[in-house]
Amino acid sequence: MLTLLFDGIAYGMLLFVLAVGLAVTLGLMNFVNLAHGAFAMAGGYITVLLMNRAGVPFLACLPIAFLGTALLGALLEPTLYRPMYAKPHLDQVLFSIGLVFMAVTAVDYVVGSMQQNIQLPDWLQGRFPIEFVGIGKYRLFIVVVCGLLTLVLQWVLSRTRFGSRLRAAVDDPRVAGGLGLDVNRIFLLTFAVGSGLAGLGGALGAEVLGLDPTFPLKFMIYFLIVVSVGGTSTITGPLLAALLLGIADVAGKYYVPKLGAFIVYSVMIVILMLRPQGLFARAGAR
Amino acid sequence: MSAVAASLRAGARWRWWELALLVVLVLSWFVLPSQSLLLNEIAILALFAVSLDLVLGYAGVVSLGHAAFFGFGAYAAALFAKDAMPDPLVGLAFAIAVSAALGGATSVLILRGTDLTRLMVTLGVASILYELANKLDWLTGGADGLQGVVMGPLLGRFEFDIAGRTACAYSLAVLIVAVLIARRVVHSPFGVSLKALRDNRLRATSVGLSVNARLAAVYTIAGAFGGAAGALLAQTTGFASLDVFDFHRSADVLLMLVIGGTGYLYGGIFGAIAFKLLQDLISAWTPQYWHFWLGLFLVVLVLVGRDRLIRPDRWWRGRPAASTPSLGAPP
Amino acid sequence: MVAGQTGGVDAVPGGTAVSVVLETRGLVKRFGGIVATNDVSLQVAKGARHALIGPNGAGKTTLINLLTGVLEPTEGSVALDGEDITHLAAHRRVRRGLVRTFQINQLWGGLTPLESLALTVSVHAGTSGAWWRPIGGDARVAAECERLLATFRLLEVMDQPVASLAYGKRRLLEIATALACAPRVLLLDEPVAGVPEGERQEIFETLGGLPADVSVLLIEHDMDLVFNFATRVTVLVNGGVFAEGDVQAIASDPRVKAVYLGEREHA
Repeated sequence: MLTLLFDGIAYGMLLFVLAVGLAVTLGLMNFVNLAHGAFAMAGGYITVLLMNRAGVPFLACLPIAFLGTALLGALLEPTLYRPMYAKPHLDQVLFSIGLVFMAVTAVDYVVGSMQQNIQLPDWLQGRFPIEFVGIGKYRLFIVVVCGLLTLVLQWVLSRTRFGSRLRAAVDDPRVAGGLGLDVNRIFLLTFAVGSGLAGLGGALGAEVLGLDPTFPLKFMIYFLIVVSVGGTSTITGPLLAALLLGIADVAGKYYVPKLGAFIVYSVMIVILMLRPQGLFARAGAR
Repeated sequence: MSAVAASLRAGARWRWWELALLVVLVLSWFVLPSQSLLLNEIAILALFAVSLDLVLGYAGVVSLGHAAFFGFGAYAAALFAKDAMPDPLVGLAFAIAVSAALGGATSVLILRGTDLTRLMVTLGVASILYELANKLDWLTGGADGLQGVVMGPLLGRFEFDIAGRTACAYSLAVLIVAVLIARRVVHSPFGVSLKALRDNRLRATSVGLSVNARLAAVYTIAGAFGGAAGALLAQTTGFASLDVFDFHRSADVLLMLVIGGTGYLYGGIFGAIAFKLLQDLISAWTPQYWHFWLGLFLVVLVLVGRDRLIRPDRWWRGRPAASTPSLGAPP
Repeated sequence: MVAGQTGGVDAVPGGTAVSVVLETRGLVKRFGGIVATNDVSLQVAKGARHALIGPNGAGKTTLINLLTGVLEPTEGSVALDGEDITHLAAHRRVRRGLVRTFQINQLWGGLTPLESLALTVSVHAGTSGAWWRPIGGDARVAAECERLLATFRLLEVMDQPVASLAYGKRRLLEIATALACAPRVLLLDEPVAGVPEGERQEIFETLGGLPADVSVLLIEHDMDLVFNFATRVTVLVNGGVFAEGDVQAIASDPRVKAVYLGEREHA
């Protein structure tokens, strides 16, 4: 049971890293980016291709996945996304669905539709047999890396100037702009970092979640759950939501495999009905 | 009759292009016998899109899970034919009834919350149904779906033939009846109240309209229509699979409606025709990657601006297109 | 104008008490640390022509929002005809006859004046749920629309989309829509706000022609309208009732002048 709990936590932390960029994008630009999963997929495929075709070691692939997807995000934000911020939500939804379709089919075309496997380095395989809990080494690795990332994010947000500018811009972009903050640059950086984190999450998750061209569609709803239940005004909200989701999903699939993800979706609907602004959102948040 | 009364009645009059469209739909069965299967698909998609128009164009809810009704109706009809009786019309009525019930039950979920919440919830409902259809395989056939659904003859006389002539006539007839009903609803006080809800909700509340009751009602009707479309699919193709709940169904119908235009009832039909023709055209050339070009189309469409598309109702309107929301401060 | 209109609180033969049709008791509304409505106890008599005045930011519109159910009070109660409606949904209050107009027009830009009024009349005729008949099929609705359109001088523009009408006409439609709800109590939020001088007269006249049994609470800045229309005035300052009385008393009250004019005093 504790193993399940640990696995759920690992899954949750991974979901958090994957989804945090989406939460910030939504909170900052008020943009529903359903294509967020495509960045995660990009990171995953970058890792897979580098490892399998170029023999790059796993650990080196992680920062490359981050930077590569961040760069991709930095390219797309000012060109494709920025004209969309002012458009109605329906347009944003259509736009991001269009991007997802393009990404999914493009990857299918270029790389093929089979699930990609990566060979984890030896020191990450296997488990630590501790008393009642079998702690998978790789899952522990995920928890450590994601935990560190969360701490760094929290530190950046609360201690750096960029962080306070970001928080100001999330609170009220017009006022922030009026105060002289370069809102466009904040958007660009935030989007790039958010996409990069998604890419990193995709790289980390390739082994655990499975990687194939339908990844963005399969996991889209999970990212959206993290963001809508966790709210977009804090970092801890999505973190807690992701952990809840991870644990619920793992436990649900183990105890009631007949129902699969049904439990997760139902709980999400109930939560959203009771608290439409998200479980952890501040009053008055978007 | 006074000028006021005359003007009030004029709103519900048939426009020439409405009649023309109906005539074209009827004639298509006679004129294009070899395209029956294609026409059947178009009719089904058109009905599905019209049902989404009620939700999106009239109630203003952006739904990413409209396939919930489509799939629910499909499985309901298939199961009814297999386990109860194979008569198509009774099966259709059954599917419509249960889909309307689903619409009514889930309508409480779309009343509160933001756009994102509603997006999530509609997506969630469709995903739940997908999961249920997948896991309850003793009922639904699971990943294999329900196969070999054999329908009895339509109206006791017309067998469903391989060429799809009967199926096509059936679907077109149901579509036309549905549009006629929808038309009456749209021009009724209830229909006008929906327009009012969408135009300025605060004003609607301030004249005493109950927003929630009306949204629930329109969602129920949309559920009925969507379920009918799904039932037609199951009955005319003879099987129901998980695909009916798939995300791409919800996305495709959304796009169809956007192409044809929302909020004037016929957008779903025009959109379905355009979508299907586009799909056939592109699939002939690249069968596996049609969704890529669809995605590209969506991206370009939105970047360029949705209002530049087909809007037949705007071509012939005497007065300027009115789609502004609530009025604001003095000039 | 409406000089000499009976129905005010003072003109009651026989000295019988006038019934109170709308009442608040100790109404308070707080937004975080701000007290927008401060212990307001207000009574609107049946048939009243009651004005609510006060400097900007005094909380007049907030009070209207509390009365109509757009906002929930932090404390206190609202009663209509003796019945407590404090927690009644906004649309239900309208059905009971408590109707308001908005300071900034809230209209259906995509409909025509005729359609707007037809819908509103249908709501109060109980037929707005009918989904089978066309809205033009009800002769009574058409007749009532005609009456309203004529009264509010909107007949010529009845088929134009509301979004294209002149501002004065839209203001008239705003008031016509409220009247189409067959109100017993009418809350008018600055009916002539933003209306150009030349179009105000029309509005003054239609207000003057309101039926005597409709009780009116009027928020206004235009003192001409207040002194010509109202018989009773409540002055709201910083969310609380500052002064109340009949219109002549308030007009000559030096404190009221001071609150409006600051330190300068007019002779």
